[in-house]
Amino acid sequence: MNRIIILPVLVPFATALIMLLFPRRIAAHRLLGVLSTLLLSVVSAILLNSVLSGGILSLQAGGWAAPFGITMVVDTLSCIMLTMSSLIGLTTAIYSIGSVDEKQEHNFYHPLIQLLLMGINGAFLTGDIFNLYVWFEVMLISSFVLLVLEGKPEQFEGAIKYVTLNLLSSAIFLAAVGILYGMAGTLNMADLAMRLPLLEHRELLSVVAVLFLITFGIKAAVFPLFFWLPASYHTPHIAVSAIFAGLLTKVGVYAIIRFFTTIFTLESTPLIHQILLWVSAFTMATGVLGAVAQYDLRKLLSFHIISQIGYMIFAVAIQSPLAIAGGLLYIVHNIVAKTNLFYLSGIIRLISGSWNLRQIGGLYATYPLFGLLFLVPALALAGIPPLSGFWAKLTVIRAGLEAQEWLAVGVALLVSMLTLYSMIKIWNEAFLKDDPRGEDTGNRGQEYHALSSGKKIALIAPVVILGMLTILSGIWFEPLFVLADRASLELLDASIYSKAVTGGMP
Amino acid sequence: MRVLLPVIIGLLYAAGIYLILRRNMVKVIFGLVILGHAANLMIFTVGRLTKGAPAFVPEGTTNIAEPFADPLPQALILTAIVIGFGIQAFTIALFKKTCQTLKTEDLDEMRNTDQLEKESL
Repeated sequence: MNRIIILPVLVPFATALIMLLFPRRIAAHRLLGVLSTLLLSVVSAILLNSVLSGGILSLQAGGWAAPFGITMVVDTLSCIMLTMSSLIGLTTAIYSIGSVDEKQEHNFYHPLIQLLLMGINGAFLTGDIFNLYVWFEVMLISSFVLLVLEGKPEQFEGAIKYVTLNLLSSAIFLAAVGILYGMAGTLNMADLAMRLPLLEHRELLSVVAVLFLITFGIKAAVFPLFFWLPASYHTPHIAVSAIFAGLLTKVGVYAIIRFFTTIFTLESTPLIHQILLWVSAFTMATGVLGAVAQYDLRKLLSFHIISQIGYMIFAVAIQSPLAIAGGLLYIVHNIVAKTNLFYLSGIIRLISGSWNLRQIGGLYATYPLFGLLFLVPALALAGIPPLSGFWAKLTVIRAGLEAQEWLAVGVALLVSMLTLYSMIKIWNEAFLKDDPRGEDTGNRGQEYHALSSGKKIALIAPVVILGMLTILSGIWFEPLFVLADRASLELLDASIYSKAVTGGMP
Repeated sequence: MRVLLPVIIGLLYAAGIYLILRRNMVKVIFGLVILGHAANLMIFTVGRLTKGAPAFVPEGTTNIAEPFADPLPQALILTAIVIGFGIQAFTIALFKKTCQTLKTEDLDEMRNTDQLEKESL
């Protein structure tokens, strides 16, 4: 039964290999992409079910007992993240059918998406720090290629910044892994969680923790390490931007949660949690201030990613069970809403011919239903009840109030207002105001109307699916909260995790 | 070796950081490569530097005699070198292509994606 754990890695890998065997069969690539992500969704549902009924599952690769071999672990957090990655993988596979052109598909677009998913799932599954490094690299190399797939000048420029900073982060990661191994003699996360409190020489513990924080901070795009994100995320094709926005930074956040709850606890490294608190406040504020100034849809949304990461980091900094649960809810809500907004902006570009809000207008008059579809994730992001964002934000802020972090809570509330402001800005500019080009619409919307009806459905279906999820998870909020609560209890009590993996002995 | 290696690692880090701060793209690549080497060497020293003491259990015994070199960091480095090699090959190709497309290798001239009003259609 435990062997099923490896499937979230194997399925996309096998799919990519099959696709590469038939490099010219584009139609087959599309079908395989959807089938593979559907299978992934089923697998993660099964995993979620068995973790909820039977506790944490683990798999020792090659039969080497932990902590000597490589361990794959599925706890509730991993399950939640796997479910989200399969969901975003599935919707992106569908959306790509409608939006990605054939030239890119011939340049191995679909296999690359599968390999990206493999890296992301591997990072969520692994219970070994060096193995996490390997999965990060798998994920990065696929994302590098996806970023420059169209070969436009601005993509190369964005890629230079993205690649350089991420390679730097990998080098820091390696150094941190080295020092940690020198101190603890193990890289197995469960084993580390047991051993770190017993260490004799703990002088370097804070240093290692800060090195890990910098590494994952670069990947998660927190202040002041986020500059690669707004410089590169708006350059690739919009389907690629969407999957990056939904999943890549969240892998960094996942690593921060995993490391700074289970491995480096509040007691062992209090300094880190103080840093995290300040970082989170600055991340929230700088991200949203960047967004408010933008008129390019994709850049505006890219800056919002940063701002939202701040809320998740804030939750980790507080460290109470309620805060961690709130942070997880925030991740789930944000992955769905953010990816959805990127999909929607891709459609706005197709029907209006521009990314620039100043040149778009009057969409509500022509496409009223589309306007409603846009409002769902936009209002959810701003935190309007009863959508998913409201509950997530409420939980995080309530945890902040309980921890008496007044300043950071104040920043969070203010940032929330500015988020609403920038969403209203998109709404006013793109949907409500008159089209700045007047009656002479020229060839506006030609690109959209030229698409076959199948492609149109492929564009709209993911938006509808994610929008429904945002509404449903807002109305039936309780089961989600129970799930997140369970995950946060597992994270904060490292002995549960360790017992499941190593049997509890240090 | 115990004195020499830390000094070399420190020098490599210094050189790497100096190089990635340069404006020339080629120097940045060299900087990234050197930083990778510095990290690898650091992991190597973590496994204890013992000469002529491989981590084999002698025949007839069940335990290994101290001191021995921990083989795990060496396995980690091998993996890291292989991954680093692949990534560096891609990076060099990417930088070359960028240089051809943008007709410049000065990183200070690559500001287009950061500017506020530089919006493509």
